[in-house]
Amino acid sequence: MTGDRTDVLPSIGDQHASTTVIPAVPAVPAIPAAPSGPPVPTTASLEAERVSAWFGQRKVLDRVSLEMPAGRVTALIGPSGCGKSTFLRILNRMHELVPSAALAGEVRLDGQDIYAPERRLTDARKAIGMVFQKPNPFPAMSIQDNVLAGLRLTGTKIGKGEREGLVEESLVRAGLWLEVKDRLKQPGSALSGGQQQRLCIARSLAVRPRVLLMDEPCSALDPTSTRVVEETIQQIAADVTIVIVTHNMQQAHRVSHQCAFFLAAHGTPGVIVEHGPTDTIFDNPQDQRTSDYVNGRFG
Amino acid sequence: MADVRPRKLSRRSTGADAVFEHGARAVGASVLVITGGVGVFLAWQAYPTLKRYGLSFFTESQWAPDQDVIGIAAVLTGTVSVALVAMTFAFPLSVLVALYISEYAPARIRSTLVSLVDLMAAVPSIVYGLWGFFLIMPYAAELALWLQRNFGWLPFFKVENTDPDAAVWDTSRYVASAFCAGIAVAMMVMPMACAVMRQVFSQTPQGEKEAALALGATRWGMVTSVVLPFGRGGVIGGTMLGLGRALGETIAVVLIVSPAFEIKPRILEVGTSTVSSLIAGRFGEASTSQLSALLAAGFVLFVITLIVNTLAAVVVNRSRSGAGTDA
Ligand SMILES: Nc1ncnc2c1ncn2[C@@H]1O[C@H](COP(=O)(O)OP(=O)(O)OP(=O)(O)O)[C@@H](O)[C@H]1O
Ligand SMILES: [Mg+2]
Repeated sequence: MTGDRTDVLPSIGDQHASTTVIPAVPAVPAIPAAPSGPPVPTTASLEAERVSAWFGQRKVLDRVSLEMPAGRVTALIGPSGCGKSTFLRILNRMHELVPSAALAGEVRLDGQDIYAPERRLTDARKAIGMVFQKPNPFPAMSIQDNVLAGLRLTGTKIGKGEREGLVEESLVRAGLWLEVKDRLKQPGSALSGGQQQRLCIARSLAVRPRVLLMDEPCSALDPTSTRVVEETIQQIAADVTIVIVTHNMQQAHRVSHQCAFFLAAHGTPGVIVEHGPTDTIFDNPQDQRTSDYVNGRFG
Repeated sequence: MADVRPRKLSRRSTGADAVFEHGARAVGASVLVITGGVGVFLAWQAYPTLKRYGLSFFTESQWAPDQDVIGIAAVLTGTVSVALVAMTFAFPLSVLVALYISEYAPARIRSTLVSLVDLMAAVPSIVYGLWGFFLIMPYAAELALWLQRNFGWLPFFKVENTDPDAAVWDTSRYVASAFCAGIAVAMMVMPMACAVMRQVFSQTPQGEKEAALALGATRWGMVTSVVLPFGRGGVIGGTMLGLGRALGETIAVVLIVSPAFEIKPRILEVGTSTVSSLIAGRFGEASTSQLSALLAAGFVLFVITLIVNTLAAVVVNRSRSGAGTDA
């Protein structure tokens, strides 16, 4: 694990002093005091520098740079097909799973390039978790095993006692504990879509990622589940840096501290037109196109 | 409660639809009729033999029609041991090849490999027989000697009337065995089992694979935790389909083994016989009553393969992957 890097981190307190105030959500019980399982890492900042991406010969991102500060929620918005998912998948090295995909630029986790040849691919993905658009729990595993799947897959060993604590803690953080605590042995596929998505969040949190990427995590969910997932995001934001892609402007407004607006003009690769604090992007955008988009005039 | 009954809906198809529907139904039915016909024919022909020899048909190992001694105990065990040897080689081979093709191979190599494996399935079995006889048997004999030296204490790795530590080893005791035939048969059933497995593996939901990888799993971790559990039905089903084929394989076995009618678990030792090689070997010279006996043996084989294949189909259809669902 990467828990030994506390010294190089920027102080989180400073970051929180600015702009948006997120209301506390009382519906979710407090996180157990003594965390169990792997050591708890502190949040990390993520920095993309001049990231370009191709699918075959087609360039879909052109020198995109974005800073995603530690402990904040960054929302990526923009019309369909402008490269938000591609950008997000570059941030944890999932992009290279597509056979024809290529990329350029750097992605730095706490200042260190995750694409550097001496760094292991699996370490990058372990440190930077991902929640997908479509909930994808492992259907053959129980709820509990789903939560612990990441540990098993990465060969992280923890004691039996610690295991229960970690399951509870992860499910509490994902806002699912109260609904499933009596049926941890049931298969993960027996949950509703919204519950499955929160199970996936719990599964990602259990490996103690320093960053959590979410690609339209609520687009398959009903409003109530969406609400709960948003509350979850706000709860965990303090200890996990979050980058979320969303098509829902209200959602971006509600959950994010800063926003980046992606756009791919006709036939050209996607770029970030504008980024900054969420309030500024929504209330006082500098670019006409941003203003048009957030006010629903196109896209 | 009011008395509401479902309304009758007319499902009668018209025009081209009707022609196609009835045509397809007729063809489908004819497949059933043919398979059933084969079974009925065999049973009909086998009846006199089964009635005459009764249970001893299954317990007698000699096949000597001129002495009125006929039984399939030896050929049946021979059939099973050849098939088991074949599956021992074919199973790991087909799982690994299928996994490599569906999960590891780069796109360009993948299509080449797929057609190569398909080509393997298209090679006539006589070619495998010749290949096994001339190219594999010498090496198989050495492998057999090695197995006997190291694992000879296992009953099925014994070779009688030999001394594994002799200065000059008696090759002729180690060839033409169930082991040699099994290797050739393995090459024939591998492509078939592999095709089923590959197809099932490639249906693994992308979302689950990505979920595992995004958690930091290695590719092998992803395969063992997602692909193999998902494809379990296909692995079992493909193996059993291969087994069904291995049980009936004839010509390669005829070429390789030297016939022996003895119930023996010693697969490395020279000489064995299978039901199909018995039929192929004796068919030409058979009199009417002998023909009935051969067809009785064939009937038993037919029933066994039918059972194996049916089980395979049930397993594949029951499994998550076979049902083609995604939820
Ligand atoms: N696997 C792929 N192969 C080829 N091209 C792809 C692939 N995935 C995405 N693209 C292309 O890359 C561009 C960016 O796609 P991407 O999925 O990143 O967009 P997006 O902003 O996430 O859109 P949406 O909001 O609809 O999810 C699109 O033009 C798309 O056609
Ligand atoms: Mg997308």
